[in-house]
Amino acid sequence: MRIELVKRKEHSEVMVFLSPVIAVLLTALTAGIIFALSGLNPFEALYKFFIDPLTQTWSLEDTIAAATPLVLIACGLAVCYLSNNWNIGAEGQFVVGALFGSFLPVMLPGFESFLTLPLMLVCGMIGGALWALIPAFLKTRFNTNEILTSLMLVYVASLLLDYLVRGPWRDPDGFNFPESRIFSDAATLPSIPGTSISMATVITIGIALVLTVILTKTLKGFEIRVMGQSPRAGSFAGFSSKRLSLFAFGLSGALAGLAGIMVVSGEMNQLQPTISPGYGFTAIIVAFLGRLNPVGIIVAGFVLALSYIGGEGVQSAMGVSDKIASVIQGLLLFFVLACDTLILYRIRFSSRRAPASAEVSHV
Amino acid sequence: MKSLLKATVAAIAFAAAGSAANAADVKACFVYVGPVGDFGWSYQHDQGRLAVEEKFGDKVETAYLESVPEGPDAERAIERFAREGCDIIFTTSFGYMNPTIKVAKDFPDVKFEHATGYKTAENVATYNSKFHQGRYIIGQIAAKQSEAGVAGYIASFPIPEVVSGINAFMLGAQSVNPDFKVKVVWVNTWFDPGKEADAAKALFDQGADIITQHTDSTAPLQVAQERGMKGFGQASDMIAFAPDAQYTSIIDDWAPYYIHRVQEVLDGTWESHSSWEGLAEGHVVMAPYTNLPEDVVEMAKATEAKIKDGWEPFTGPITKQDGTVAAEDGVRLDDGAILGMNWYVQGIDDQLPQ
Repeated sequence: MRIELVKRKEHSEVMVFLSPVIAVLLTALTAGIIFALSGLNPFEALYKFFIDPLTQTWSLEDTIAAATPLVLIACGLAVCYLSNNWNIGAEGQFVVGALFGSFLPVMLPGFESFLTLPLMLVCGMIGGALWALIPAFLKTRFNTNEILTSLMLVYVASLLLDYLVRGPWRDPDGFNFPESRIFSDAATLPSIPGTSISMATVITIGIALVLTVILTKTLKGFEIRVMGQSPRAGSFAGFSSKRLSLFAFGLSGALAGLAGIMVVSGEMNQLQPTISPGYGFTAIIVAFLGRLNPVGIIVAGFVLALSYIGGEGVQSAMGVSDKIASVIQGLLLFFVLACDTLILYRIRFSSRRAPASAEVSHV
Repeated sequence: MKSLLKATVAAIAFAAAGSAANAADVKACFVYVGPVGDFGWSYQHDQGRLAVEEKFGDKVETAYLESVPEGPDAERAIERFAREGCDIIFTTSFGYMNPTIKVAKDFPDVKFEHATGYKTAENVATYNSKFHQGRYIIGQIAAKQSEAGVAGYIASFPIPEVVSGINAFMLGAQSVNPDFKVKVVWVNTWFDPGKEADAAKALFDQGADIITQHTDSTAPLQVAQERGMKGFGQASDMIAFAPDAQYTSIIDDWAPYYIHRVQEVLDGTWESHSSWEGLAEGHVVMAPYTNLPEDVVEMAKATEAKIKDGWEPFTGPITKQDGTVAAEDGVRLDDGAILGMNWYVQGIDDQLPQ
């Protein structure tokens, strides 16, 4: 017997909206079974994991803080993926953005004015964009595979950061430890007064909304979607796929770079050998969970951040291994993709040889 | 469905009640950089935590977070503990220094203890151990046992603690064989079994017949075991992973320190300080000397006793790699010079990454 996926003639509109909900419920169910098998009260664990972080102001704020860089990077990646540009190197663009943005507070610590912070953010965007334009240029000029080049540049970027914090940018008062000097107040991204929600969150939501308008209401948005779905049709309309590649990479690099400098300036206040727990890679998941739609990405980023904060919560309260949090994140992604697949395909069991067909894919 | 809902509500209420009814007098919390199952650095800290639980029973409650990356996540993790009612929080990696200081400012009533850093505050103490004492001893053993006269050193990050370890190893080796060579590979990680194993293979291929490591996994020793080579354990006793390869291991024993400090919190006598103790106080312990001839064991034990009596491995004459004198004959380097060390002693076959 064989199992086949057969494309559905039409897919249910209701299920498009229900599928993420079903996926979350299935994740919760499976997670509960895992908790029970490891000898924990599944209800208590699930509560700690998914609900408890939402009940207290500080953990809610933590979740928002963790979601912010993910959402910002994922918004840029969505533009890339919609237009068929496979930028996998947001992690590196994040790091280089942080480096460019940190040039001012590290090299000119005495420059403290109201201009310091805006200049840092702009430098961060430039840095990230330049780093992303390298694979874009290689793709458009030499036809290299951007998945490989953008990914490889991640490692170059993190080694560059490593070199700088151990070498030229090391804190002169830091006992040779690998860290830059601490940023001055003028170089620190503030919070919204009266809360501990960073300005980075406000900026990120603003950018996501602007991107929504661009993608749905403007010619550029149309160009992005057309070139992604049918480059040939796009070229008849006079769109250049090379220019669009440069645009998409530049934009997503700039947003990743902005996320980088905002994390460093707002949360860490200095450069360290590691500045990202893998935001650039997690953002790829966020982009797809959010269906490459900025508003969807905000929701997806929040859900994923919740899984991190909730994972810490069950760890600290119930002594669960941190691997369980990773397993649950993996389950979530698995169920979302599985539910999505079943919207477009149905499963067919057959005992005979199936006729060769382009619409059948074997599992 | 209804009964399931009821059960859920009951469970939630139970959970809330469970966390509210907190019988322990003190809650001690630990943040680890690696998994507790690394059988190295984080594992030993967790052994210390378990010792605290065992010692105080119901009087002390503990909690931990493992694999917390240095970076933006660290501050959130530490802050979570401060908010969840921890009375004392141990942050056990160098990269947690500034996040610890930052959170400590916002929670003046919580006590913080940061391992291996140098910044203290009213409610932030630091603690570290004199691992370099153990490294001097294993340097001596390596020089006695190596046929090639070359040892391989798997190093993590070029911070003073690691550099002084390499130097102490080399000084110990030179005290036995002045022409001894040390090859260093920097892996830029604390815990990455694959990378550590690759480094061990590379060092053996370059002619070393004994390796030592300043990384946390058992992988390098396992490579030594497979190849019939020798090596030293790190942080914990790794003899189970390399029964024929391990000569000894430099064990970090945090239990006495953790018990002592938690006791002080219970007594209300806790004060900020910088603790830096070694073999004499039992914070550094040498694992049983195995796979060694009798005379080498005697030598190692004699050195161990000498150090416990107060002798410092960083006692001159010490010459730096560039030929300048670091310490004249008989002069002992002061603590600051050891804790901020950023130079190699003469004879090390490597350039310190600057």
